[in-house]
Amino acid sequence: MSEKINLTIDGREIQGDPGQTILEAAEAAGIYIPRLCHLKGLTPFGSCRICTVIVNGRPQAACTQPIAEGMYVENDTEEVREMRGDLIDMLFVEGNHFCMFCEKSGNCELQALAYRFGITAPQYPYMFPTRDVDASHPDILIDRNRCILCGRCVRASRDVDGKHIFDFVGRGPEKRIAVNAEADLAGTNAEASDRALEVCPVGALLRKRVGYAVPVGQRRYDTEPIGSDIENGGGNG
Amino acid sequence: MSERQTADVRGICRTYHRDPGRLIDIVRDVQAQSGCVAGATIDAIARELGVHRVEVESTVSFYAFLSQEPQGRVVIRLCDDIIDEMNGSAGVAEAFREELGIDFGETTPDGKITLEWTPCIGMCDQAPAALVNDVVFPNLSREVARTIVRGLREHLMPQRLIQHYGDGNNAHDLVQSAVSNNIRQQGPVVFAPMPAGEAIRLALAMNPVEVIRQVKTSRLRGRGGAGFPTGMKWEFTRNAAGGQRYLLCNADEGEPGTFKDRVILTERSDLLFEGMTIAGYAIGADTGILYLRAEYAYLRRFLEHMLQERRRQELLGKGICGHEGFDFDIRIQMGAGAYVCGEETALINSCEGFRGDPRNRPPFPAQEGYRGCPTSVNNVETLCCAARILQKGASWFAQLGSSGSTGTKLLSVSGDCMRPGIYEVPFGIKIAEVLDLCGAPEAHAVQIGGPSGQMLGQDGFGRTICYDDVATGGAFMIFGRERDVVYIAAKFLDFFVEESCGYCTPCRVGNVLLKDSLDRILGGRGEPRDLDLLQRLGKTVKACSRCGLGQTSPNPVLTTLEHFRGEYEARLQMPTNGRRASFDIQAALTEATRITSRSRGER
Repeated sequence: MSEKINLTIDGREIQGDPGQTILEAAEAAGIYIPRLCHLKGLTPFGSCRICTVIVNGRPQAACTQPIAEGMYVENDTEEVREMRGDLIDMLFVEGNHFCMFCEKSGNCELQALAYRFGITAPQYPYMFPTRDVDASHPDILIDRNRCILCGRCVRASRDVDGKHIFDFVGRGPEKRIAVNAEADLAGTNAEASDRALEVCPVGALLRKRVGYAVPVGQRRYDTEPIGSDIENGGGNG
Repeated sequence: MSERQTADVRGICRTYHRDPGRLIDIVRDVQAQSGCVAGATIDAIARELGVHRVEVESTVSFYAFLSQEPQGRVVIRLCDDIIDEMNGSAGVAEAFREELGIDFGETTPDGKITLEWTPCIGMCDQAPAALVNDVVFPNLSREVARTIVRGLREHLMPQRLIQHYGDGNNAHDLVQSAVSNNIRQQGPVVFAPMPAGEAIRLALAMNPVEVIRQVKTSRLRGRGGAGFPTGMKWEFTRNAAGGQRYLLCNADEGEPGTFKDRVILTERSDLLFEGMTIAGYAIGADTGILYLRAEYAYLRRFLEHMLQERRRQELLGKGICGHEGFDFDIRIQMGAGAYVCGEETALINSCEGFRGDPRNRPPFPAQEGYRGCPTSVNNVETLCCAARILQKGASWFAQLGSSGSTGTKLLSVSGDCMRPGIYEVPFGIKIAEVLDLCGAPEAHAVQIGGPSGQMLGQDGFGRTICYDDVATGGAFMIFGRERDVVYIAAKFLDFFVEESCGYCTPCRVGNVLLKDSLDRILGGRGEPRDLDLLQRLGKTVKACSRCGLGQTSPNPVLTTLEHFRGEYEARLQMPTNGRRASFDIQAALTEATRITSRSRGER
């Protein structure tokens, strides 16, 4: 076993292993750093920026920044919480998120984060973009209205499923998820069993005919805020 | 897709050895041949390169000069810079519209001519300007615009419409451009003569570590804007693990208001190639890549020729200057219209045929850059400085400029002044002195470093241009009293919205929100709370964005708020009777009235 690395997160001294990111080391120590694009088992991506922390005075994404000896990390401070709140707001106003009838409600990580941050309505004006829905595939639905461009499906399809069904096209506000076919998802080799479907944090990639199976009150984030498993588990995450 | 077209695509892919890393070159060539890259063509390219079609589409859809819609055989791209606007681009645009009978973003019904807006093409000193395919038309007027269209209708050959060539190498047989250099002040670093090979021979007399030490001693810092110490960058690259190394030269000069690299590439390419070769020797690279922005394609043949000349003089190739074991050559990589590719990791992605999304760091390019190998990415001007340092010595260079900022800096001066153009000035010069040099006694505001830099007012004209005070990649845009700084800030935000890669949330969304808020204020619907919102949003976008684009994009708003707050406040409305000025009830109802087919007031 190689040497441990010492760092401080919000005044708490923790130890991590060489090669770990701040997010991983924090998680192993039972500290939750909010995130959306990051998912264990997928290549760190650094796109949502929700996991932004202040490292020795400089903002960094905790999911891509490796730990270093003596690092001083600010995670749960007012300044950081405020920025994260802004980012969550941005994701809401950028798309068309209708929680009340979305089948991902209660299991949606974006919604759960908003609850954790006490956001009941975004402070910025909604953009109401026009986005496509692709229902061509017999078993899978893509609703780009709810997509937050986290790239989880892109990475899972490419690296886990070995298919490369999804990728980004366009840039800036026009950026969107595209599929590996000229027309639509039906033209790809996507299957309902693909890992890419499971990893969507919101209701943008859905299996058909399985929605609303769990009653309200028993859904994943109905009883405990997102991140509780990490905070209560005190490790492994 | 016909068999002939498939064969063409196959041929183009084979020219580039079916290397997916050359995808940008491939799709540029395909587009030049068939006017767009779409549908079955994308499938054919993907098949030929052994990649997924969505990967090809991902790259094609990223770049402004590539199109999935059929384009005309000639594309007119009118520069939409603020400086062009101040010089009458609106009238030029109107003339193009009328003469062509189409609007921007459209193609003539005969499929021959497409009209588009484009961000800065590096011609602010001779604005308004347009690109017609690769040909630059500077100093446009309504009349000239009409003449261009009439000429194109006859023969679709923009080059034939150039009647007068610019000065210097603009008139070279392989350039034949109407562009002028506008070199107003020559300095000892970039514009002094350099006998071909002199600096290389002096470098080769040392070992690479000594060359790096020279550059470190000179305290040269990157001239692109970020100001990283060049010697240190070379040292990291040289010392990184791995056999193959690369030297990349960033000639993706996209910061609006900057055009110094255009002039260096036209008049001092020898000095640049000298610097690239020395850098290659220092870091241990055998390959250099000049990443040339698509807007400067008119210089490509000339630059290829200059490279060929240097190969002939044994200044490139195997055993350079008879130095056994030092092999180095340079290839030109064309860009395809994306400002963000000026960010070094985005530039590397683009060189590898990908979208120009910046990469996560670490790893830094010095560790893992182009094709996973240690790579140094340096600005055009930086490499010129490096060559001069090897020729004249580190201490000679270090005595120029100021203590923390050694050497000279090229400024690209444009806007409300009598002598726009290139000025080579020593670091430490006061802004007021530059205004004197270029003849701008009436200056009200100066945008230094382009939109990503800062807007200063008269109270800031005593400040100095150097890394410790006002740092700049070289843009120096001057605005007179009649100009509206809030409008200019909004215009710059437009640019960032257009050029954001969209990878990270704060830049993709935050810039749009900043722009919307500015538009509200400009439209007379802003409230005091809007200024707080701008401040807060600007701070979040700067702090949380992944790369330099988003980390600087709020600067136009934040620096104008700091120095010209009064101009914002004068436009604000106080909420009356509990009604928020920002809420436009008519606009809010438009969609609903359209859907219900009712006109307002009906029940």
